[in-house]
Amino acid sequence: MPTPTDQDQSDLPTPRPISIVRTRGDRVFRRLATGAGLATFVILALIGLFLLLEALPALKDQGWKFFTNFEWNPPPRGTTFGIGAVMYWTVVVATISLVIAVPVSIATALFITEYAPPWLGRPLTSLVDLLAAVPSLIYGMWGVLFLNPRMIGLSEWLSTHLGFIPIFEVHNDAFGNSAFVGGSILSLMVIPICTAVMREVFSQAPAGEKEGALALGGTRWGMIRAVVLPFGKGGIVGASMLGLGRALGETIVLALVLSPSFLISPRILERGANSVGALIANNFGEGGSGLGLNALMAAGLSLFLLTLVVNTLASVVVARSRSGQGVEI
Amino acid sequence: MATSLRARPRFRRAHRRDAKPDPTARRPRRFTRRDGAVLAASAIASGSIVWLLYERILPFAGIQGFLVLWFGTFLAMYGLAVRELEGTLIAKDRVAAAAIGGVSLAIIVPLLAILGYTAWRGAVYLRAHFFTETLEFTGPEDPATSGGGLQAIVGTLEQVGIAAMISVPLGVLTAVFLNEVGGRLRRPVRVFVDAMSGVPSIVAGLFIYIILVVRADWGFSGFAGALALTILMLPTVTRTSEVVLRLVPGGLREASLALGAPEWRTAWNVVLPTARLGIITAVILGMARVIGETAPLIVTTLGNTSLNANPFDGPQDALPLRSYLLFIQGVDNQVNRAWLYAFVLIMLVLILFVAARVLGARRVGGRGERRRTREPSLDPADGVVPVSPAS
Amino acid sequence: MSPVQTEARSDPDVVTLPEPATLFAEGVHAWFGDHHVLADVTLEMPARAITALIGPSGCGKSTFLRILNRMHELVPGAALAGEIRLDGVDLYGQQMRATETRRRIGMVFQKPNPFPAMTIRENVLSGLKLSGMKLRNAGDVVERTLTQAGLWTEVKNRLDRPGGALSGGQQQRLCIARSLAVSPQVLLMDEPCSALDPTSTRRIEETMQEIAHFVTIVIVTHNMQQAQRVSQQCAFFNVEEGSPGAIVEIGPTEKIFDDPDDPRTADYVHGRFG
Repeated sequence: MPTPTDQDQSDLPTPRPISIVRTRGDRVFRRLATGAGLATFVILALIGLFLLLEALPALKDQGWKFFTNFEWNPPPRGTTFGIGAVMYWTVVVATISLVIAVPVSIATALFITEYAPPWLGRPLTSLVDLLAAVPSLIYGMWGVLFLNPRMIGLSEWLSTHLGFIPIFEVHNDAFGNSAFVGGSILSLMVIPICTAVMREVFSQAPAGEKEGALALGGTRWGMIRAVVLPFGKGGIVGASMLGLGRALGETIVLALVLSPSFLISPRILERGANSVGALIANNFGEGGSGLGLNALMAAGLSLFLLTLVVNTLASVVVARSRSGQGVEI
Repeated sequence: MATSLRARPRFRRAHRRDAKPDPTARRPRRFTRRDGAVLAASAIASGSIVWLLYERILPFAGIQGFLVLWFGTFLAMYGLAVRELEGTLIAKDRVAAAAIGGVSLAIIVPLLAILGYTAWRGAVYLRAHFFTETLEFTGPEDPATSGGGLQAIVGTLEQVGIAAMISVPLGVLTAVFLNEVGGRLRRPVRVFVDAMSGVPSIVAGLFIYIILVVRADWGFSGFAGALALTILMLPTVTRTSEVVLRLVPGGLREASLALGAPEWRTAWNVVLPTARLGIITAVILGMARVIGETAPLIVTTLGNTSLNANPFDGPQDALPLRSYLLFIQGVDNQVNRAWLYAFVLIMLVLILFVAARVLGARRVGGRGERRRTREPSLDPADGVVPVSPAS
Repeated sequence: MSPVQTEARSDPDVVTLPEPATLFAEGVHAWFGDHHVLADVTLEMPARAITALIGPSGCGKSTFLRILNRMHELVPGAALAGEIRLDGVDLYGQQMRATETRRRIGMVFQKPNPFPAMTIRENVLSGLKLSGMKLRNAGDVVERTLTQAGLWTEVKNRLDRPGGALSGGQQQRLCIARSLAVSPQVLLMDEPCSALDPTSTRRIEETMQEIAHFVTIVIVTHNMQQAQRVSQQCAFFNVEEGSPGAIVEIGPTEKIFDDPDDPRTADYVHGRFG
């Protein structure tokens, strides 16, 4: 048998091409499945397309000012409209909800994965998921009648004692129905989403490193800080962005709770805030088929694009991070 | 180095030196009785201090403020106490544990508040004829016990049903694509599915409004609402189904392929039946998600106080939609009626939620729950060999 | 030995070289749930010596090791019986918290587990941070322990690189340095070289023999030649079908390998099973 050194280069074995010939059934199956996959893209594209078509008249009417105008007075009421103030408040309310939701979610996810025994962890997980199942309408109704009055006291206290900070100032004693209240209720809806993702991420922290930290004499909290949290950084960021997307797009809760304002101010405790969703829900009836409706469509288009970007970023951040391998968001 | 070693090979002696008949197993306690005493003492002391100061010195009112202050003071006192007794390292650990535990368990409070308040406001008006009468002849003058919700229940069931009929095949097929077919398109499609799950519900409604109500000139209908709900339900069904399909052991697929079955038969006869329970769970979860959606229905089904059993023609009602429309009228009777509708709605959601949980616990291999939470399994009872998990 | 005061010990002006201690296990049993995995282990692990635990897989050697530094109880359902005494102090008694025990009794694992989110320097110092020891001369500790672990010359110019960017053998030596930084009295090693190539294995064995002067070492190993090379005392564990694991024979290394008392020991060290 010839040894390798005796052989000519061209006699060395090369891999042969494998041809896959599928049955007709399989070809149909694959095409169907691929079609279903692409249908998602098609739907998304159609949404964007049709929103754009309907929004164009309004956008042409106002030009770039659509994004900077504060007031919302489309015909027949007026001639100027824009989502400048509305978008500002949308982001502010969403930010407030994140400020509350992210630390709470981290704590809850850590508790479930690192502290709680199984008999406590599983029911708690179910309870948090139940928070997500409650319809947003009920959050809105409860928020307006139950929570809002009770948060007036807290808002008063904050503005009395911390009123030197601009965001806590309140003019005319107008408390309640504010960005603060809206954001707080919204945080209850964001917490389950963030907790679920973070829980997945924390539970994947490498056991070897956790053991190593404990074996060095670390306490449980020390181990969490040294191993679990650094590992879960990507997941925390991704979860927060997912939560942000949810908060930006929420409609009914804010339509019921917020007292609409079309002025920009930093005063989150004061009555008056807004969100794109609330704007559309509140103004749809009067829209008719005029420029007013086009204007609402333009607002919807802006919201659509914003949430699309935020959610896609969230997906990428989680997938790219060390903790994201194998995590579903 | 071979000094006095107490070698005790078993075969030499028939009995052990210490006459212990049976060794008693013990588990070292992490949290001793003294630790518990320190915890309780801090809690009581901080509570007393806050109670004394509360109404007099601090201009707070209400039980929420009290509880929050108590918790904060408790953490501070507990931290100081443990630091005195055990040192800073243990103190940080204990305070962190107390803070994390407290915050997590506090989540139960708003949940109970919401469920309780809804039940308290709405359940009292529930009568049997809620399920048989409509609001056709009921006005704001009539108390909330009169009239019914039949038109809304029928509407919701039909809309969610149609949404399920479209999104289940489409969603499962997409999940099959992601899991079984894959290829270069797998990643983009997954990104699209994720993106779709972020579409705001009002935007989904507006889209259907544009193409169906306006351009196709169908007008408002239950079907339009169903289509909007489909857009919202589809990503949930797809993603949950994909997770379920992934849990089906690869060995089953291989066995089927090795027997000569084409891919589609493998999927249809082997993979899907195995995942059946999980897919049903995915469907129920999707339904629970959309059954409470209000915003898209405002712009697609419009609402109807009388019964319209035809989803393809004319405005139709729905539970959340009607509740919203009643609520914003502001009149007492209507608001009460809104709460009644909300109560029925949340009961429906709870039923679906529990059903999904019960089914989910019986998923592939019967260990669905643990897989979903995906805790690192150090538990040898799980079949992991009881040696170093790191090896 | 003062039990709990972590603060008092770490006087920053004293260069803390650990005092090796004798570890004594008496009548140790272990369970996972109802499954009795280790029975009646009594073993003295003398100071300044290397004790090797040998035996076939699954006979409880690693479990025993983990009982020594109170890692066993981290597994849900784990239980034990018996006593472990470090220089006379019962480790499972009220005097010492588990975190303190683990600081005094370090562990190096089979699969190297440096913290990838930290630099090499931070890795070495991580044990100090985790166990709450304050140190002023951190740079000295880093150099000292990395030298003791035989890694200093290779990494001294890249101490700020991430801890994960090293070869397997280097990672394991980093883990050894990390464990040494907290000045333990005992170092447990759970098959530390089984995932490494022969060269790294040799380096680590050299390290072991050097640090044995000031740290008591207990090593679990499947590699009988390694046990012969490094240890002064061997304990042979065995398990029979249906019984928990147990020690069959203890003795000086030469005796265990050349002239064991028990025929099962002889069978094992001559490779007839295992």
